[in-house]
Amino acid sequence: MTMFDAFSAIVRRDLVLAMRRRSEVANPVLFFILVITLFPLGIGAQPKLLQTIAPGIIWVSALLATMLSLDSLFRSDFDDGSLEQILLSPHPTSILVLGKITAHWLTTGLPLIIVAPLLAVFLGLPNQSLSILLLTLLLGTPVLSLIGAVGVALTVGLRRGGMILSLLVLPLYVPVLIFASNAVEMAAMGLPVNAQISFLISVFLTALVLTPWPTAAALKMSINS
Amino acid sequence: MFLVPDAVVRFFHRMASPPHFYAFTERLMPWLTVIFTLLIVAGLYGGLYLAPADYQQGDSYRIIYIHVPAAWMSLFIYVVMAITGGIGLIWRMKLAEVILISSAPIGASFTFLALVTGSLWGKPMWGAWWVWDARLTSELILLFLYLGVIGLYGAIDDKRSASRAVAILALVGVVNIPIIHYSVEWWNTLHQGPTVTKMDKPSIHVSMLTPLLLMALAFKVYYVIAMMLRAQVELLQRERNSQWAKAKALEEGGL
Repeated sequence: MTMFDAFSAIVRRDLVLAMRRRSEVANPVLFFILVITLFPLGIGAQPKLLQTIAPGIIWVSALLATMLSLDSLFRSDFDDGSLEQILLSPHPTSILVLGKITAHWLTTGLPLIIVAPLLAVFLGLPNQSLSILLLTLLLGTPVLSLIGAVGVALTVGLRRGGMILSLLVLPLYVPVLIFASNAVEMAAMGLPVNAQISFLISVFLTALVLTPWPTAAALKMSINS
Repeated sequence: MFLVPDAVVRFFHRMASPPHFYAFTERLMPWLTVIFTLLIVAGLYGGLYLAPADYQQGDSYRIIYIHVPAAWMSLFIYVVMAITGGIGLIWRMKLAEVILISSAPIGASFTFLALVTGSLWGKPMWGAWWVWDARLTSELILLFLYLGVIGLYGAIDDKRSASRAVAILALVGVVNIPIIHYSVEWWNTLHQGPTVTKMDKPSIHVSMLTPLLLMALAFKVYYVIAMMLRAQVELLQRERNSQWAKAKALEEGGL
């Protein structure tokens, strides 16, 4: 079994598990839609106002929806012991962890991207910024899963990890939030957004390369304690 | 180990043993206290009395003698935490873990102090207690990072694995701090530009700069004192079943 086989086996396994528990997969998307629906109700339905704050609302909601789904990343594997088997495997833990993160993104990040155009219409986001919104989500949500994995790996052994997880992870999400929502805002005004997109690409690549290691180290720590 | 002289290596090896470190800090403490007192008195006298008032900001600029050293310390301590965290992860040195966790509350306090003094200064200068300015915001996020470290350490019962978790978190955080800092800076800036770290010619007069540097040194020494005190307590707690800690406790007359 090569390293890539092991990686794809993990992805396939997690996708099958997700398909058997469809309601769990649907939760983050429903949460995402619900939170965005709450904003117009809370601040009033002035189209102008909603249009200006739409990028921020969509991105903050995506952040929170990802946060909510993070716990499922390692929880069930930790509880039933399969996480220990994964750590015992001869393949590098960081690659296997990356497989789990990929599956997590496919089941939580991707659905957000699919429903995002609908929500953009809800909030009256101009058409020219829609493609940029999708692009930022495509680049940004994997980063959210990657950074979140470190936080989850650190807290998976705790009984009440939820609150502490948000404290660990949300500050690290700040750069993605800033650049992604700013890109959408600028695109809505018809300005070029190359700089923001380049920044998001670099953050994505950095996270892709660097985060699996601390995640693997943290998982080993969580298993031992 | 090739470039480091033997004496230094021996010193570090000896420091890795808790009783030695404890005795070392006890010997050092009076000296540090004297140095700290001298520095803080000189710095405050120079800053609050000798230094002239600013031609634009009047006397309210004098808060920089607290604010700027506190802000420097907030970053410095996080870097110390990351370095000791790395040492603790690589060489499994107990003492590095103790220093890491003893530093966290001090760093958080300095960050808080920098935020509070910044907001006190902002009221007369900017007309608002809080402005979403780049450096204030990244300092606030730094405070959250510190609180995350403290919270995570408190949440894990086994203190050895808690130290490792915190070390991983500190390392992840230290990679992120520059990214967060520059993205926030790019996002919005209203704060006055840096005045001291301009390399060629600082745009601050020497009579104002000297007390500032004295205060910065005083804060550094204060950090070492506070960190050592916390580390002593932490060591006694962790090693409470060992012979030397029991002897120490009897000697102090407590328990």
